[in-house]
Amino acid sequence: MKYLHNIGVYFLMIKDMFRKPTKWSVMKNLILKDIDDLIINSLGIVAFISFFVGGVVAIQTSLNISNPLIPKYLVGFATRQSIILEFAPTFISIIMAGKVGSFITSSIGTMRVTEQIDALEVMGINSLNYLVFPKLIALSLYPFAISIAMFLGILGGLVACVYGGYGSYEDYIQGVQLDFITFHIIYAFIKTLVFAFILATIPSFYGYYMRGGALEVGKASTTSFVWTSVVIILLNYLITSLLLG
Amino acid sequence: MIVVDNLHKSFGDAHILKGISTSFEKGKTNLIIGQSGSGKTVFLKCLLGLYSYEKGSISYEGKSLNDMTPNEKRDLRADIGMVFQGSALFDSMTIAENVMFPLRMFTKQSKSEMEDRVNQVLNRVNLDGAQHKMPSEASGGMQKRVAIARAIVNNPKFLFCDEPNSGLDPKTAIVIDNLIQEITDEFNITTVINSHDMNSVMEIGEKIVFLKNGHKEWEGSKDTIFKTDNEAVTNFVYSSELFKKVRKMYLEDNT
Repeated sequence: MKYLHNIGVYFLMIKDMFRKPTKWSVMKNLILKDIDDLIINSLGIVAFISFFVGGVVAIQTSLNISNPLIPKYLVGFATRQSIILEFAPTFISIIMAGKVGSFITSSIGTMRVTEQIDALEVMGINSLNYLVFPKLIALSLYPFAISIAMFLGILGGLVACVYGGYGSYEDYIQGVQLDFITFHIIYAFIKTLVFAFILATIPSFYGYYMRGGALEVGKASTTSFVWTSVVIILLNYLITSLLLG
Repeated sequence: MIVVDNLHKSFGDAHILKGISTSFEKGKTNLIIGQSGSGKTVFLKCLLGLYSYEKGSISYEGKSLNDMTPNEKRDLRADIGMVFQGSALFDSMTIAENVMFPLRMFTKQSKSEMEDRVNQVLNRVNLDGAQHKMPSEASGGMQKRVAIARAIVNNPKFLFCDEPNSGLDPKTAIVIDNLIQEITDEFNITTVINSHDMNSVMEIGEKIVFLKNGHKEWEGSKDTIFKTDNEAVTNFVYSSELFKKVRKMYLEDNT
């Protein structure tokens, strides 16, 4: 029953987020700040993880090809497919649920605990629009971060493959270019945009509606991470079934 | 002037406010006092429109909150200043940005006009030179003064303060009390203070409403509170030996 109630409150929150918009001159600065906090500040960890996971995917693929009849360019092909279809959009989103999601929940939750949200409401400001909407707009640039993750993942695979002695540069590039289907990129970006919406709204929901003190802020961050991850995984299955199934 | 008539508020089965009727006059510091759990904060949040209520009415300048259109409510909000118990300053903004915030949201003033007004109110609360500090760099008393500056920057008609002295040393508490009293007189605004600080009651309580278990048990002023024989009020206000002595001296001097 509590879950159903929360789902209802979540959708009402999304509706209220678009009500009574904040002045553009103020909103503009909030969006720019959130782009910096949520996207630019995440690029380092996204780049680092993508590069090394790309390398690991290439090494694992290479080590598991023992049949001499399987061409060596398969390493590049498998790395590209893994990175574009799943690793960059989904795995990075789970990591972002931890990094960005916790940040959103704890910052909004702290504002709730310290009555800053009440202060906004007393002034007649739609606090949901003021706090959540800029995050949603900022995270609409999330596909930009995922593009970097895709590029660096494939590059990491290349570096690991060539410098680790698992295959040649030519084989890897041939694999990367083999049977390229443009729709896979579109599919990945559709997923990314859906996940961006989830990353902005579910952590905001847990921060905005939390009650209690500092301990509850920590608990809300953990709960937010768990539910953001669960919803991302479920939607990943659903979108994959609909678009590729 | 704010008029409250037969206000009822419940949370589930818990009936918190049980038919409160009172009024808060313009140009006066009105205090709501009572023990913890008496319904003071809920009452204040109902007055502010942060909580809806089941029964009764709250009127601002003769207009009931229930009858106001969304636009009228928005206009009313712009006329309200609020000082929260924990100051509720925005962590990510400097002191000047905090004070400027209501101006940025509700006025079309130029940046230099806003800066002038911010400097003016910071000067009024004796915080010259603190413009560029972050709230975390300010002491509790300074934070309260910033909160007061933010509350009055847009020339409100109504000022609400939720326990403005909590967590402050006695000397700073008196400074804050006097500041609120002076601002109320200077700008002729309706000030409503939620407090259980007896010093505030004795210093600035031009009108006092005493709540007990969600009822209005008594109302009067800092003068009549000395003379009341209402047991609930005397038990609460004169619970310390010091205030018992103060009351005894007052009664001896005035008989």
